[in-house]
Amino acid sequence: MTHDDARATFIEELVKVAPDLDPEEIGDHDHIQDDLQLDSMDVLNLVTALHTRFGIEIPEADYEQIATPALAAAYLVAHTAKLAGEPAHPIS
Amino acid sequence: MLGTIGKESARTRGASLPDPEKTRKSFTWDIAEAMLDGLPGGGLNIAYEALDRHVAAGHGAQVAIRWLGKGDDRRDFTYGDLAEQTSRFAQVLKMHGLNRGDSVFALMGRIPELYVAALGTLKAGLVFTPLFSAFGPEPIRTRMEIGSARVLVTTETLYRRKIAKWRDEIPSLELVLIVGETAPDGCTALAAAMAAAEPVMDVARTQPEDPALIHFTSGTTGKPKGAVHVHNAVLYHAISGRYALELTPETIYWCTADPGWVTGTSYGIISPLVNRVTMIVDEAEFDLDRWYSTIEREKVEVWYSAPTAIRMMMRAGAEAAAPYDFSSLRFLASVGEPLNPEAVVWSNRVFGRPFHDNWWQTETGGIMIANLAAQDVRPGSMGKPMPGIEAGIVKRTDGGVAELGNGDIGELALRPGWPSMMRTYLHEQARYDKCFVNGWYLSGDLAMRDTDGYYWFVGRADDLIKTSGHLVGPFEVENALIEHEAVAEAGVIGVPDETAGEVIKAYVTLVPGFAPSEELERSIRGHARKKLGPAVAPREIVFRNTLPKTRSGKIMRRLLKARELGLPEGDISTLETDET
Repeated sequence: MTHDDARATFIEELVKVAPDLDPEEIGDHDHIQDDLQLDSMDVLNLVTALHTRFGIEIPEADYEQIATPALAAAYLVAHTAKLAGEPAHPIS
Repeated sequence: MLGTIGKESARTRGASLPDPEKTRKSFTWDIAEAMLDGLPGGGLNIAYEALDRHVAAGHGAQVAIRWLGKGDDRRDFTYGDLAEQTSRFAQVLKMHGLNRGDSVFALMGRIPELYVAALGTLKAGLVFTPLFSAFGPEPIRTRMEIGSARVLVTTETLYRRKIAKWRDEIPSLELVLIVGETAPDGCTALAAAMAAAEPVMDVARTQPEDPALIHFTSGTTGKPKGAVHVHNAVLYHAISGRYALELTPETIYWCTADPGWVTGTSYGIISPLVNRVTMIVDEAEFDLDRWYSTIEREKVEVWYSAPTAIRMMMRAGAEAAAPYDFSSLRFLASVGEPLNPEAVVWSNRVFGRPFHDNWWQTETGGIMIANLAAQDVRPGSMGKPMPGIEAGIVKRTDGGVAELGNGDIGELALRPGWPSMMRTYLHEQARYDKCFVNGWYLSGDLAMRDTDGYYWFVGRADDLIKTSGHLVGPFEVENALIEHEAVAEAGVIGVPDETAGEVIKAYVTLVPGFAPSEELERSIRGHARKKLGPAVAPREIVFRNTLPKTRSGKIMRRLLKARELGLPEGDISTLETDET
């Protein structure tokens, strides 16, 4: 999975949890709680959705690593690759 | 039932209330009065009891608030600093021509200015109302209208995002104070105004029965209710903090509740400062490692939190807690919704201390029923009534109530008269009067008392929803939903959730011409989130052709809920049209 694919899927799941957001207006470095106003239940729901979509467990301690679309894309690329037993794709 | 957690004498030796049963029998309000100073020359003012009297007694250099910003920012405010800052804030209000009794609203996160605004308002003799900063524009506006807000203190971001559009439509609103050095047009920069103000001020000579705080709480029907509390409430804030939370001078204390709700004001501002503790205030939202490291680094001794957060800690497991040192903790308490027994037992294992659940409401102003340090904990129980508080389990009868015995489920009721009880619902005396029957205050919560006097929460007697510790009225949510062009009718209930207690679910019918789709579901949910904010908006919306209604046209939320949970439908004799 490429960085762009991961980002697109992340945004897709994000706006399902918080449909008040306009995907076009979400910046790469917008913090999902501080800037996009998700609350902690939203974050849990997002983590569950990402788990279903990608098959990866995101432990509580890693939540800061998915706190912006840019961070989340890198995280998802690295962890889905690990799951598939492949080396991670270079992040473009 | 999980086993009782006994309190061996070694642990309870230092308890503020070493023999609760004895104190319950002998308690008089003089004990609480002795904890306060009163204004020199007469009168009672919460801000004076919280700050100025400690400075006068030589404690001005003690840290009152250790503030942890979202980043690594860490700032200390002493009792002396806060006394000065609140005087300046009070002067700002005075310089703008505001008078005793005028209402000041605050809308901001847990930043230092919030604490200054709250106590500065009280010092000036004005009435303070905190609003939850994650509220959407609609709940904010409704509350400011009901409360005839004269002043709003907020940040520029929140102002632009949630207020600016309709600010001019609130005729009572004279002054908008914006935290920081600059302010948008028509607003006043707080930092500049404070710098120009005098650093000393005579505390307003408020009397015990003068209004001090208005906290809004949701109703099943109609608009939110503004529960009015008076300066005399500080008696109860002082003593309940001491007895139920072990707040003694210089204790390092962390209340994780946001002051936008009553817990965060009564026990996140007033009670701890009146008891001269050092408070930890964390601006950030729940983050497991951040919380655990805060307890370790700041050597937190007393920790008051809520079930949703505790359950999130449980989900992360004991391993996540293992690297941290929790030896500073000596008392843990929880409030907001019933704490499940597993969480009590888990916390005892992981932190070496159990969370002590307690029960109270916006209307009661302070903790009414509690698990105390020197009292065995029965996991899942809210504990026993506090000294000075008489509780009962009652059943409504024709024109009155009848008291029930041990083991019976009924409505939890309290004998009125404690100092922090609400004095009215703002502009709604009739609604207030309805809360009192035969000399009991009726809480709306169903509970049971066991043979040893412990109280157990059973459920709500009405349709109110408890989500992440916040009480949400279905009516307010339904009203926002039907403002969406596609929604004809809406019924809103709480469905059980292992983390949040309950989450909000909406059943809607559509206006002709609209058809159910995933896209429409998201459009409605997005609309509700924009209007109400994420804490109050539904997490799930389902479509129906019709909703179950009574003959008078009232949506039967109770029936929606029974069906959702697979429970018996109960009396459906008033059902006119059913759900399809």
